[in-house]
Amino acid sequence: MNAIPISWYLIVSAALFCIGLYGLLARRNAVAMLMAVELSLNAVNLNLVAFWRYVDPNRPAGIAWAIFVLTVAAAEAAVGLALVISIYRQRDSVITEELDVLKY
Amino acid sequence: MATSYLAILPELILIILAAVVLVYGRHPKGDTKRNVGLLTAWGALLALVVTIGIWWAGVPGDVPTSIWGGLFRNDLVTMVFRVLFITAAMVTAMLTVDVKRLQHGEYYALILLGTVGFNLMAASNDIIMLYLALETASISFYILAAFATDDRRSPEAGIKYFVYGAFASAVMLYGLSFLYGMTGETNIQALATAIVQGVDIQGLPAGGLTSNPIITIATILVIAGFGFKVSAVPFHFWSPDVYEGAPTNTTALLSTASKAAGFSVFLRLFMSGAFGSPNQQNWYTVLVIMAIFSLVIGNFGAFWQTNIKRLLAYSGVGQAGYLLIGMVAFSPEGAGSVMFYLFMYMFTNIAAFGVVILVSNMTGSDEIEDLKGLSRRNPWLAIVMLFALLSLAGIPPAAGFFGKFFIFRAAIDAGQWQLALFGIIMAFIALYYYFNVIKVIYLFRNEDETPLPVPRVAGFALGICTIAIIWLGVLPGGLFDWTLEAARAYFTG
Repeated sequence: MNAIPISWYLIVSAALFCIGLYGLLARRNAVAMLMAVELSLNAVNLNLVAFWRYVDPNRPAGIAWAIFVLTVAAAEAAVGLALVISIYRQRDSVITEELDVLKY
Repeated sequence: MATSYLAILPELILIILAAVVLVYGRHPKGDTKRNVGLLTAWGALLALVVTIGIWWAGVPGDVPTSIWGGLFRNDLVTMVFRVLFITAAMVTAMLTVDVKRLQHGEYYALILLGTVGFNLMAASNDIIMLYLALETASISFYILAAFATDDRRSPEAGIKYFVYGAFASAVMLYGLSFLYGMTGETNIQALATAIVQGVDIQGLPAGGLTSNPIITIATILVIAGFGFKVSAVPFHFWSPDVYEGAPTNTTALLSTASKAAGFSVFLRLFMSGAFGSPNQQNWYTVLVIMAIFSLVIGNFGAFWQTNIKRLLAYSGVGQAGYLLIGMVAFSPEGAGSVMFYLFMYMFTNIAAFGVVILVSNMTGSDEIEDLKGLSRRNPWLAIVMLFALLSLAGIPPAAGFFGKFFIFRAAIDAGQWQLALFGIIMAFIALYYYFNVIKVIYLFRNEDETPLPVPRVAGFALGICTIAIIWLGVLPGGLFDWTLEAARAYFTG
């Protein structure tokens, strides 16, 4: 039944998470940073579903959790894009390096 | 069954109130503008009275219980934190009533929904519930931080808070997913048992998991997520920017309730032993290091600030360091003193930010220089700020003295006298920048010394805070007994 070992899923999910982290640190566009965060959340989802299938398939906790994460990610994206729009209206730019009114 | 509904009655009231406020204040005109804030404050007061009512009615009971399918922990800790969060929301709503640009139904509704999120964070007994409650609170606060769209700084603060916050919760969630994967449990007590005693899952080593490297990594990821919430070093970098840019009313709530909520979850996870006992675990060292660096960077960072909100942000990083000392004491006394500290910090910081709100409403900026001559412009505001700063510095008769005293005592009782000594030294260094502000308020003259008017509701809110600061500084026993009794609930399992 379990021809593919769980570690394969976990490696893919860890890679996705790292791509998300890289995107957050390297990208300058606020929308791209938002996408990077979404990528990390999807890494978590992959983790949860894989763990649910291999560790505890008889109880729905893992899969229900993944659905909650999806829902929250959608809400977060809505708020994030709204924030990007409010920045864009003020400065005609969504480049994070130009967000420098607040500085040490 | 009735107990289940009674136990979440304060949250139900807050949610209904949020809906009412949202509809009533959708396009406020005339009197409605102020009434929507007053409605929020009175509604929060109702929720507070109901909370204390169900407390007296004995809903939490003597033995902690889990209700709603194990999602919700019905114990004294939940009650103590609920009183803290609802009081903070009420006082903030009172301070917001006369702030022109925030007089919208959405603002108050988001404050109330954020408070529901905080309440559920403190009450959550299951990591799924914990994540949802945390996001309820965080998403509300992303919007609250960006609310003043007429100010260039506010949306910038909002987006900075959002990007870092969303990623911090993704990191934390990644850690929690490994905890679930290693044990197959989401309930915090079941997790703790599974980690200490081991689980019967194919492919996992038999026996306990406390020294398992994956659990250690997961723990560090979770600490990173909550370190962000409580703005402890090295996850503090967002706080000065967000505190400065966000509308000051948001900052007041963010710096107190949000920090308290982070610590409530910290306590729930770590004191319940979900990650094993401190002697076996690496998280203990991580927390000690975070405490030390928070104290150093928070207190020294505050030295060079010219903006009062940034200064209070760095001071907040330092306070997170003291709170972490209370946590690593790992005893009922330590947890109880952390809760006491959070209470006194809530009143203190809201009083300090309240004065900043009123001053910057008149002057339009929030530099420390704007506080020049405050003692002549409005002596009452100067006194409130004096007590708030004395309390932050930890000088009697303000409440901060006992806050620090209880934490250091718990640390020394737990054998952590080096940490306590270090904390005391840092508290002395912190005196410098707090007294610097007091000096500006009392000794410097301002060219413009017109009297500062204080709206009645805001004055009342500041009065509540100041009386609480003095009361907790003179008679801390009552509250400390409550929090200590509540903290024992963590250790009964």
